[in-house]
Amino acid sequence: MKNPDAIVIGAGIVGATVALSLTNAGLQVLIVDRGPVSSGTTGAGEGNILVSDKEPGPELTLALRSRDLWFDLQDDVGDCFELEAKGGVVVARRDPEPLFHLAKKQEQCGVLIQKLDNYAVHELEPYIHPEIEHGILYSQDAQCQPMLAAAHVIRAVVNRGGKFIAGAEVQRILHHNGSVSGIETTQGSFSTKIVVNAAGTWAGNIAERAGSQLPIAPRKGFILVTEPVNKYIFHKVYDSDYVANVASSDADLQTSTVVEGTQSGTILIGASRQRVGFDTTMNYEIVRRLAAQATSLFPILRDVQLLRIYSGFRPYAPDHLPVIGEDAQVNGLWHSAGHEGAGIGLAPGSAQLLTDRILARDTFMDAEPFSPKRFQSSLTQLRSAI
Amino acid sequence: MKTNTYVIFNGNSIPFNEGESVAAALLRSGEESLRETRFHGKPRAIFCGIGVCFDCVVAIDGVPNQRACIIECREGMKIESRP
Repeated sequence: MKNPDAIVIGAGIVGATVALSLTNAGLQVLIVDRGPVSSGTTGAGEGNILVSDKEPGPELTLALRSRDLWFDLQDDVGDCFELEAKGGVVVARRDPEPLFHLAKKQEQCGVLIQKLDNYAVHELEPYIHPEIEHGILYSQDAQCQPMLAAAHVIRAVVNRGGKFIAGAEVQRILHHNGSVSGIETTQGSFSTKIVVNAAGTWAGNIAERAGSQLPIAPRKGFILVTEPVNKYIFHKVYDSDYVANVASSDADLQTSTVVEGTQSGTILIGASRQRVGFDTTMNYEIVRRLAAQATSLFPILRDVQLLRIYSGFRPYAPDHLPVIGEDAQVNGLWHSAGHEGAGIGLAPGSAQLLTDRILARDTFMDAEPFSPKRFQSSLTQLRSAI
Repeated sequence: MKTNTYVIFNGNSIPFNEGESVAAALLRSGEESLRETRFHGKPRAIFCGIGVCFDCVVAIDGVPNQRACIIECREGMKIESRP
């Protein structure tokens, strides 16, 4: 396949889903990645498919659509990536009013909520700390195993005539007269008119290789993994502080409590946010803090062993919105990146949106808020001035 | 070297040498599987041998998920395979 219709850079969930929707639209697609499947951003993901942590706005619209598309994706490629509509429970440890206020605003946008008052949360989560009184149930929140999902979606692309090359690092994105003509990789050159940059946290580097730019920066997070245990935690449970942390632009460390069980029996504990570049150093202070917060929410976890701890980098855009759309300078170069901590959940929706834009079809929502041009306009103006 | 000391593995007496890990004693006695996986019932035993991979976990004196490779045998210790 020397001349695919489209080339997707990045074999994480964002690249995999866009490759599949382009394939299903009849294009012959080549996926390249410098490593194997899910070796970057997706591989460190927790598998969150959330509507609960989004404020009303374009990201919530995308999240609601994307959440449903996850189940369509399962119908398309099979029940093989632990997709589970487990629901999310957000609890307020202190004043519940901010949480209730947010939930009301979300409800007006189509989010299904159920107010959990008067200790009703204990019927859903019997092991939660006895003093927790208020919460909201978000029944649309779901979870998947993102690495498995990316692998199975890429397998579907290959079975339908596409191709995946692992270990092919993109060196240059070629363009003539402002339009994409192909890519050069460590495993050869390929001609195409459409390139999709789905390189996650490294999407800025890929943009540079086309002579463009994209301000995606890493936002580090740790996840603690426990030994497999009996089912103690039935939903994705998190502290209402999490929403504020997600929306914050502070570079300093922030932690909030996020706890959930997985189908394999392990419990995942997060979440920390820190802007420290691509620093992979272990930080036991953060681990201690996350563990302490988790045990304060679920005291039963005090007797559960940790198996391992890992960290990863969320692809962070300065305004916390993903970048989905065509490059301002290079025609035929499309970006789908910068989803921060929501990339798993937003992947199928982003894929649909980008595919519809690439094929000039009607889109299910206005894609303008996600346009890369919002970061690139000053550069474009500068170039046209020259 | 004392050789008349035993641990109990799934009800059977297994001899051990002083200072030996649970995994080492069991392996030396020909126990090739320490447990079976939860979902597919596949055998699991010592893999990394240094306490990192958690593949060799057994229940020791009733406490589950103990790493056989880094725990020393003690006389009369009761070891059980658990998924």
